[in-house]
Amino acid sequence: MSSQDIPEEKLPAERDQEHGAHEALAVADEENPFADPGLPPHEHRRQDVDEKAARHSERTVALLFTLSMLATVGFIASYVAISPDKSIYVFPLGHLSALNFALGLTLGVALFAIGAGAVHWARTLMSDVEIADERHPIEAPPETRSKVLADFKQGAKESALGRRKLIRNTMFGALTLVPLSGLMLLRDLGPLPHTKLRHTAWAKGKLLVNMNTNEPIRPSDVAVGSLTFAKPEGLEEHDEEFQTEIAKAALMIVRLQPENIKDKQELDWSHEGIVAYSKICTHVGCPISLYEQQTHHVLCPCHQSTFDLSDGARVIFGPAGHPLPQLRIGVSEDGYLEALGDFAEPVGPAFWERG
Amino acid sequence: MKKLSERRRHPLAALVVLLFALAATGGLYTAFAPADKAQADSTAQSLAIEEGKKLYEVGCASCHGTGGKGSSDGPSLVGVGAAAVDFQVGTGRMPASTSQQAQVEKKKNIYSQAQIDQLAAYIASLGAGPAKPTKDEYSPEGADVAKGGELFRTNCSQCHNFTGKGGALTNGKFAPSLEGVAPKHIYEAMQTGPQNMPSFPDTTLTSKNKQDIIAYLKAVDGDETTNPGGLELGGLGPVSEGLFAWIFGLGALIAVAIWVAARTAKAKKS
Repeated sequence: MSSQDIPEEKLPAERDQEHGAHEALAVADEENPFADPGLPPHEHRRQDVDEKAARHSERTVALLFTLSMLATVGFIASYVAISPDKSIYVFPLGHLSALNFALGLTLGVALFAIGAGAVHWARTLMSDVEIADERHPIEAPPETRSKVLADFKQGAKESALGRRKLIRNTMFGALTLVPLSGLMLLRDLGPLPHTKLRHTAWAKGKLLVNMNTNEPIRPSDVAVGSLTFAKPEGLEEHDEEFQTEIAKAALMIVRLQPENIKDKQELDWSHEGIVAYSKICTHVGCPISLYEQQTHHVLCPCHQSTFDLSDGARVIFGPAGHPLPQLRIGVSEDGYLEALGDFAEPVGPAFWERG
Repeated sequence: MKKLSERRRHPLAALVVLLFALAATGGLYTAFAPADKAQADSTAQSLAIEEGKKLYEVGCASCHGTGGKGSSDGPSLVGVGAAAVDFQVGTGRMPASTSQQAQVEKKKNIYSQAQIDQLAAYIASLGAGPAKPTKDEYSPEGADVAKGGELFRTNCSQCHNFTGKGGALTNGKFAPSLEGVAPKHIYEAMQTGPQNMPSFPDTTLTSKNKQDIIAYLKAVDGDETTNPGGLELGGLGPVSEGLFAWIFGLGALIAVAIWVAARTAKAKKS
């Protein structure tokens, strides 16, 4: 078979003659304007004709491999000798860990030198004679094909698949049912969220708790121009559901001068100018709290949606489609800020059934 | 003088001496009594306010109006407190050259600390506001760096980036980089909310919380902060790192590929 893989005329011994043959082919005439020009004549490299140059290349390759060995030794030595806490200053990189720098540098040199040596070896010393490999038909020879067909028929006969119907039918049954396991797992894509997207952890009477101090907030704690982040009372950071819940319930509290509030409902839902808005952008749900206290604008860092907190969190720029939902707040009997219900509309980005 | 010495035996001489002694005792008493010391302090204080008023009228009144009442060119300074003055003037933001720019930027401070204190005393006298923090309040010594990181990411990172490198806001405004900002000024900025930055008074972020944040910034953004990998590329996260990898990483690979495939030097030139 091997003589079939490499046609005899392509064997190295005939190569030079073949080149000559191709050169003869390369003449284009009127009948055959796109004649195969063949391979260009082979040119020798300096290393092929000059033994001194070849020895020089050999030494270069050996030097690169030796450099790689030294770098590997350096890697091991750095690992052993340098403390992970040691910091050094390297000019363009700044202050960095000496150990990381030494390990990276030595391993980089070790790997690069192996590659560079191999490439230099291949380019200067290994044979660079071009070889044309003619395509042969993909089709197998007829005798191979008839042999495979006969083998298959014999196998089918010996397995008695056609005769033993019980085995055949149960096998088909098993093969049909197996993919059902995969289909079952698709159930994990659900269940549907139902009303989860419409409700948050806020409810009537829940106190607003400062995220930083974990204390409920008094109206006097919120100065004009300040920014406070709050979570609903009873939601603690170690709760299993904390991340899921805070992702919807995150709240920012700012205080405006009541006369600066332009939106009637916003004023009604505020307390002495203190307004509480969802911190989740209504575009794609980024946490949004780049609050400019002089303009009362809130900017979303993801796509630059801008909301005016003095005008019902109206969208004044960017791709967001809805104003930020406002939480209606009041003061509890003990004098703390409390929610007077959940958000009136779903927080965060729009979804298909949002309406 | 002769006449005075001649009269030393005069019947009224004793009375005169007594009066002198009484006056001297009383005078010494008023000079050294504790009550008087307080009066001397308040004199120094009113002197500072007086000096501050003079500095104010020269450097600030053209925009902020007489008596700090504000004008169309600058906001009222009644109630902004000494901390705001120390921050604004100490970082060179005030006095600003114009009120027509998007944001007043940090520049070279032209006042001495003593003059800033006088200005602050004057502004504080106009209305109660946050006082200048003491060194104990803003010094990051012994603060909780990890807690500070948590607080920074919750309250500050949305504008100032997670390691305080700063970031863009709307209409040319921006949150400045916090690199190399003095702990006192970071504290005062949180306390007073300069320009468009919201304030974080002690009821929102306690004094201890602020200290933690300052300690965190010193740990991630100080002069001697070690970046384990080196070459932090501005600390801006995946954008600058990705750009670097695409341009220089892929560029290097392409250069190597070209070198590998390049024509080897031939024995004779063709």
